[in-house]
Amino acid sequence: MIRVLFFAKLRETLATPSLELAYAGDVAGLKRALSARGESWQQALTQDNILCAVNQQVATDEQLLKENDEVAFFPPVTGG
Amino acid sequence: MNIRVLVEEGDFDVGAELGRLRTAASGAIVQFVGVMRDHNEGDAVRAMLLEHYPGMTEKSIEAIIHEAASRWPLLATTVIHRVGALQPGDQIVLVAVSSTHRHAAFAACEFIMDFLKTRAPFWKKEELVDGRSRWVDARHSDDAAAERW
Repeated sequence: MIRVLFFAKLRETLATPSLELAYAGDVAGLKRALSARGESWQQALTQDNILCAVNQQVATDEQLLKENDEVAFFPPVTGG
Repeated sequence: MNIRVLVEEGDFDVGAELGRLRTAASGAIVQFVGVMRDHNEGDAVRAMLLEHYPGMTEKSIEAIIHEAASRWPLLATTVIHRVGALQPGDQIVLVAVSSTHRHAAFAACEFIMDFLKTRAPFWKKEELVDGRSRWVDARHSDDAAAERW
């Protein structure tokens, strides 16, 4: 299983702070798998500016995921 | 180098924090305090909610501080960032840097702040006086500020 977290506007749009699922593959494939959950998921996860972190480090679409990884999707950051 | 990174809901005492950084070796201490404005994008703002990614937030701030320390000779660095509900006039963030000389302290303080704005996983949601609420969009000017380093 991997754990997937969503933050800020993405969390609100998907009404999901986190979920767990069985998945093997890369980040791009995970986005496709999640997009199959419905139109709001498909729209939210195909936005160009959505960022991804794997185990709390910024990651690219090509990064391969392994068992127990923590994956996060979030919009551009606005702190400070 | 001493590093102090706090992400917390409560307010911070700038005087007390600067006192922690002052030693006989620290010839220069530079601080930046970010404060919540009552206006943004032409609208009056009533309140703000700051969300973050616990764990990654602290790690990313520490990574930014280590990057600054590789560029300038720093003695100690403190970064405190508040989360949760904030009101106009509230302190949001403190970046304080001590070094033997002022140029390093000024530069490192600005560097850390520029990268904090573009790398640390915080998100602001504004409640406007007219009743609307909205997530604040990232600014291109902040990306440009980080890219110049």
